[in-house]
Amino acid sequence: MIRWLVAAIGLSVAAAPVLAAAPIEIGIGYLGRAGVKPKLSLVELPAENDGVAGARLAVEDNNTTGKFLNQRFTLEEVRLKDNEDVGKAAATLAERAGFIITDLPADDLLKAADALRDRGTLLLNAGAIDDRLREQDCRANVIHVAPTRSMLADALAQYLVWKQWKRWLFVVGSHDRDKLYADALRRAATRFGAKIVQERTFEDTGGARRTDSGVTLIQRQIPTFTQQAPAYDVLVAADESEAFASYLPYRTWDPRPVAGSAGLVPTSWHAAQDQWGAIQIQNRFVKLNSRQMTALDMQAWTAARMIGEATSRTKSGDPKAISDFLKGPDFSVAAFKGRRLTLRDWNLQLRQPILLVDGRMVVSVSPQEGFLHQVSELDTLGADRPETKCKLR
Amino acid sequence: MRMWHHCLISGMALWLAAASPASAFIAYVSNEKSNTVTVIDTSNWSVIKTIKVGQRPRGIEFTRDGKFVFVAVGDDDSIQVIDVAKQEVVDTLPSGPDPELFALDAEGKILYVANENDNTVTIIDVEKRTRLGDIQVGVEPEGMAISPDGKILINTSETTNMAHFIDTTTRQIVANVLVDARPRYAEFKRDNSEVWVSSEIGGTVSVIDPVKREVTKKIAFEIPGLRSEAIQPVGIGMTKDGKTAFVALGPANRVAVVDVASHKVTKYLLVGQRVWHVAFTPDEKYLLTTNGVSNDVSVIDVAAQKVIKTIQVGELPWGITIAQP
Repeated sequence: MIRWLVAAIGLSVAAAPVLAAAPIEIGIGYLGRAGVKPKLSLVELPAENDGVAGARLAVEDNNTTGKFLNQRFTLEEVRLKDNEDVGKAAATLAERAGFIITDLPADDLLKAADALRDRGTLLLNAGAIDDRLREQDCRANVIHVAPTRSMLADALAQYLVWKQWKRWLFVVGSHDRDKLYADALRRAATRFGAKIVQERTFEDTGGARRTDSGVTLIQRQIPTFTQQAPAYDVLVAADESEAFASYLPYRTWDPRPVAGSAGLVPTSWHAAQDQWGAIQIQNRFVKLNSRQMTALDMQAWTAARMIGEATSRTKSGDPKAISDFLKGPDFSVAAFKGRRLTLRDWNLQLRQPILLVDGRMVVSVSPQEGFLHQVSELDTLGADRPETKCKLR
Repeated sequence: MRMWHHCLISGMALWLAAASPASAFIAYVSNEKSNTVTVIDTSNWSVIKTIKVGQRPRGIEFTRDGKFVFVAVGDDDSIQVIDVAKQEVVDTLPSGPDPELFALDAEGKILYVANENDNTVTIIDVEKRTRLGDIQVGVEPEGMAISPDGKILINTSETTNMAHFIDTTTRQIVANVLVDARPRYAEFKRDNSEVWVSSEIGGTVSVIDPVKREVTKKIAFEIPGLRSEAIQPVGIGMTKDGKTAFVALGPANRVAVVDVASHKVTKYLLVGQRVWHVAFTPDEKYLLTTNGVSNDVSVIDVAAQKVIKTIQVGELPWGITIAQP
């Protein structure tokens, strides 16, 4: 009787489909602040699901792959309200998610990272471009998918120098983050041999970004603001706060191109990018979200794809095994940038080419030809190993 | 068809050896950007015709009888049929959205098409011009190859990073083999002992055992003075005797010569810029490569392992197929 039963069990096991075991579940969280960032141009106003829409597409992609490997990915989005404690919210989310993709300001990200430090949860920074998060304030449980300000600045400077537009009229906004971007651009100018012929500050006196009679005033303001400049090739603007840079093109006193926060802009992604198979992800994204894919969407897509890639390579749902693989020497990910992307092991920053876009087209992709490096040309963008202040803890 | 080719060609080669020093074959090259197909006469390496086709032509293949050429025109969501005698497009096959590469079965009756936008492989009845069905595969299907015994179809998916083994009778996936990032092309060894899959972003060629259905070896490439990120293998050509393989390395601007038995790279041949795909002349004396960025085709003397000629074609040449005229 027992023998018969064993035989029957043996048969039923043999006949069962290969994937009958319970799938490996991988929970991914998405943590961001509620509210929409201001933009000067109406066409650039971000959608409410900016960022998380990219993560959602990557989770679909991961699940298409996962069905062949018996792995299932889920995404849970949490939006913080104004005074909500980021550490608490992150800890609650971490109960269900071994990985959290973040679109948080630098200080919030550090709070979340420190709150989760002993938990083994891995944070993937998709939104913050602050260099300090990869330098003096780096954390061992945070991988940075977003490029840094210095990577963006270096990408732009390489192109301007390649173009022989080496004399810059430099205009900086009056907010803190404008100044951070200005620091990165100044460093890039020195690094690649451009010269800032003069620096001007554009004081943001407040006021609405949209008014019914706006253009008339701007058309008088900008030429006056840019007149009597020493000879220059290109106006470079640092205006992360979106207070003035988009008003500069076509309005400068001298007929000169604009770059930086308007005109030719460095970015990790753009809806016009169609090289290296990118048309496929652009099509998938539009089909899923009925809108175009932004840089933040791509950064979140890449973050979630990195988790998927590590899960399929390790065949494991264990966050520690996946984190170790991501931080190890065998990790790389394909993200429609024409080459594999890898992590800088000294600060967990994702190496990546940077697109230079004019709002409608991709003008160029940095690193530019001729900027050489002994390890990876991608390390000509941003702070390199010998300069790092990061001690991963 | 390959056997048939083989017999016919060996007979022809004999005749050619007596009659003319160069082999007279005809090569069709798809030009991704110009929306044209360039026709090359291999007896004197001259362009004899440029045929207008649909938008974004990439995958290109002769039919088994050599009378037609199929070309996938991705942005028109179809596959066009070129009549070789007339040298013009005469018909269109239905396909799923954005077809890129495809494979014909041994009898030339069934066409399997990778549809990049849909995560599907579409099966088409060539004679009836109808869709027989779809197979759900991984994200961004691309490379397609049929085993020498016709029983297994390999499809590679570029973002899922797998080679899917599909049973051609049941049309079901029977195995999924994980390879390196962005697998683009699959090629069987003629004796069915190995299938090679190139990974463009991973920078390797995975050698898969078709019986065990697992990766047994990874071929890596190293070129002095080039960053490893620039080495991006795509097209693969293997001689019929299974001794030598040629792997196109994309922006490395080189074709690697690989000794198949040892899986060792023996030589790198400098060709044009961004080399995509390769095709042998039926006598295997020459291997032609499409060079996307330099808009030309390089001709490699297979025995000498040397590049002997460059032919200017249309803009962004991508795919290539060769047969007797």
